[in-house]
Amino acid sequence: MTLLENKPADIPAPREITTKPRVSDKIFRGVVTAGGLSSLVILGFILIFLAYQGYDVLKAQGFGFITGSAWNVFTDESGNIDYTQTKFGIAAMLIGTILCATIAVVIAVPISVLTALYLSFYAPATVKKFMIAIIDLMAAFPSVLFGIWGFFVLMPSAEYWAKLLHKYLGFLPFFDMQVPVYTRSPFIAGVVLAIMIIPIVTSISREIFGQTPLDRIQAAYALGATRWSMIKAVVIPYGRSGVVGGAMLGLGRAMGETVAVYTVLNIVYQINWQVLLGAGGNVASMILLKFGEAGTGEIKALMAAGLVLFLLTLVVNSIADLIVKSTGAKGR
Amino acid sequence: MSTVIATPKPGKPWTATPQQRLITASIYLGAVLVSFTLVAITPMKGKLAYFVVFFFSSLLIDFILSYIQRGMASAKDAIARGFVSVGMTLAVLPIFSILFEVVKRGYKGLNINLFTKDMSLTSVNDPIGNGGLIHAITGTIIMVAMALIVAMPIGILTAIYLTEIRGKFAAPIKFLVQAMSGVPSIVAGLFILSAYVYPITGALSGFAGSLALMILMIPTIARTSEEVLLLIPNDLREAGVALGGTQWRTVALVVVPAAKSGLVTALILGIARVAGETAPLVLLTGGGEKVNLNPFDGPMGSLPIYIWKCFGQGTEESIARAWSGILVLLVIVLALFISARFLSERKVAK
Repeated sequence: MTLLENKPADIPAPREITTKPRVSDKIFRGVVTAGGLSSLVILGFILIFLAYQGYDVLKAQGFGFITGSAWNVFTDESGNIDYTQTKFGIAAMLIGTILCATIAVVIAVPISVLTALYLSFYAPATVKKFMIAIIDLMAAFPSVLFGIWGFFVLMPSAEYWAKLLHKYLGFLPFFDMQVPVYTRSPFIAGVVLAIMIIPIVTSISREIFGQTPLDRIQAAYALGATRWSMIKAVVIPYGRSGVVGGAMLGLGRAMGETVAVYTVLNIVYQINWQVLLGAGGNVASMILLKFGEAGTGEIKALMAAGLVLFLLTLVVNSIADLIVKSTGAKGR
Repeated sequence: MSTVIATPKPGKPWTATPQQRLITASIYLGAVLVSFTLVAITPMKGKLAYFVVFFFSSLLIDFILSYIQRGMASAKDAIARGFVSVGMTLAVLPIFSILFEVVKRGYKGLNINLFTKDMSLTSVNDPIGNGGLIHAITGTIIMVAMALIVAMPIGILTAIYLTEIRGKFAAPIKFLVQAMSGVPSIVAGLFILSAYVYPITGALSGFAGSLALMILMIPTIARTSEEVLLLIPNDLREAGVALGGTQWRTVALVVVPAAKSGLVTALILGIARVAGETAPLVLLTGGGEKVNLNPFDGPMGSLPIYIWKCFGQGTEESIARAWSGILVLLVIVLALFISARFLSERKVAK
C-alpha cells in the first residue's frame, strides 16, 4: 500500500495562524470602503464645482452677495457680464427662504408631535400600523404633486385662513398688510411646506418617543399617573431635544424645496416680512425661475446662489443630526 | 361526587362598557348639536367654523364629564386626548384630500392614447384625447433605471461598510449620508450642470438627468439597506465565519442573501424617492415632446416634466393633462410603495 505510506515530505506544513485578512478580504474591504467613501466624494465635488463656477460672481460681489438684494444684470457688447455695474444679491430670497421654512416648522411641529404621541401611546395596534403606512406614503409623494394640489385645492382655503388671521390677529406686525393681496403668499407656501415636512418630523419624533425607557413609563403608571401626566413627566423631558432635532431636519427640508414653492409662491424680488402678502421668495425656486432666461454670466451667479443654499441646508441638517443622535445615545 | 368547575369566561374589564360607549356617543352628539346651533346663531360660517366649534365643544363636554367622574387629573387627560386626536386628524387630512382630488380631477384624462402617443403633434388647446405621455413614461423609466444602475452598488456598498466593516470612517460616513439626504434637489441639478453638462457635453440630455437622480437616490438606498442589514442576526455572521468563510464569503453568501428582500425594498424606496423629482430634470433634460430612447443625445421627456409643462401652459386642456399625468405618477409611486411594504412584511413574517 504505497498510498498510505507516510513520507515525511508529504505532510503538509500546518497552516500559519494569523489574523491578517486574506487577499480576497483585502479586495473586498477596499471595494466596500471605496463605495462607502463615495458620499464624501460626491459632497466634496458638489462643493468644489459650485464654488468653482460661482467664484467669479462671489469675488466680484464679495459679501454683498448675501447682504444685497438687487439682481440687475448688465452686459457689454460681446455679452459678457459687466461686473462694475451688475449687482447680484440674494438677501431677499434668503429671508424669504427662512420665512417660509419657519412658517412651515411652526405649523408642522405641533401637529407632528401630537401625531407622534398619538401613534406611540394612544393608537390601537391596527390603527397604528395603518397610520404609519399612510404617513410614510406621504413622505414618498413627489413635490410637484404637493405644489399643484396646493395651488388648486389648498389655495382657496388657505387664502380664507389668511384673511381670518389678518382680521383677528392683524395687530401683530407680521400679520399686518397694507395691500390686500392674499393670493400666493409666503403663508400659503409655508402651509404647503408644512404638509410636506409633517411625515419626516413625525417619524423622527415617533422614533425618539419610542426610545423612552419602558421602566420609567411603567413606573409613572404604577404611581397612578394618567396617560397625559405620564407623557408630561417622562416622555417629553426625555424626547424634547430629539424633537428639536427633528424640527430642524424639517427646517432643512423646507429650505431646499423648489417646485412646490415655485408653484404656490409669487416670487417677487424684494424683502418682504408680511407673511400674508402675496410676494415672497425662496433661493431654490429663484434659481429655477431665473435659469430659463439666464445667460452664461447669470448662470454663474445662480451657481453661487446654489452654493449658499447647499451650505445653509448642510449646516442646518448637520446640527439637526447631531441633536437627534445625542438624544438617542443618552439612553437609560 | 363530581363537582363541575365552571371556568370563568375571560373578560376584558379594560374595554368600554356599553354604558361608557353611550356616554362617548352622546358627547359627540352634544358637540355636533352645539356646533350647529353656534354656527347658526353667530356670524361664523363655513366648514372651518363647524370643525373648530365641534372640537372645542366636545373637548369642553369631555372635560366637565371627566372632572365630575374622576377629578382634575382625569380631566386634563381628556383634554390631552382631544388634542392628540386632532393632531392626528390634521396630519392625515391632506393625504386623503390629495388622493381624492387627484383621482377626481385626473380620471377624466385617462384614455388609451395616453400610453401610445407622445406630445410632438399636439398643441396646448387640443382636446385631451390628442397626444399622450408615452415619451414621458419611457423617459422616466430610462433615467430612473440608469440612475439605479449606479446608485444601487454605491448605496448597498455604503450600507455594507457601515454594518459589516465598521471601519474608522463609519461614523463620518453615516453623518455624510445623512447630510447627503438633505441636499436640495435643485443643488444636485446645478452640480451636474456645472460638473458634467457645461464642461463635457455642452448639451442637455437624459443622462445628465439620471446623474442628478443618482445623487438623490444614494442616501435613501444606503440608509434603508443599513437598517435592513442591522436586522440580520449576528449568529448568521458568526456561523459563516465559524465555517471557515472569509469575511467576503460570509457577506456575499450569507448576509446579503438573508437580507435580499429588504435590500430590494431599499431599491424600490430609492426609485419611489426620485420618480417624481422635478427640479433637477427641469435644469438638465430639456424636456422633449417626442419619444427619445437615447439618453445621451437630445432632450428627453419625463413624467414630472410633463406635469410641470402642462401646468405651466395654463389652458383648460393642459391643466386636465397635468392632473392625469399626476394620476399616472401617483399610481406608479403607490405601486412601488405597496410592493416595498409587501416585501418588508414578508421578511418579518418568515
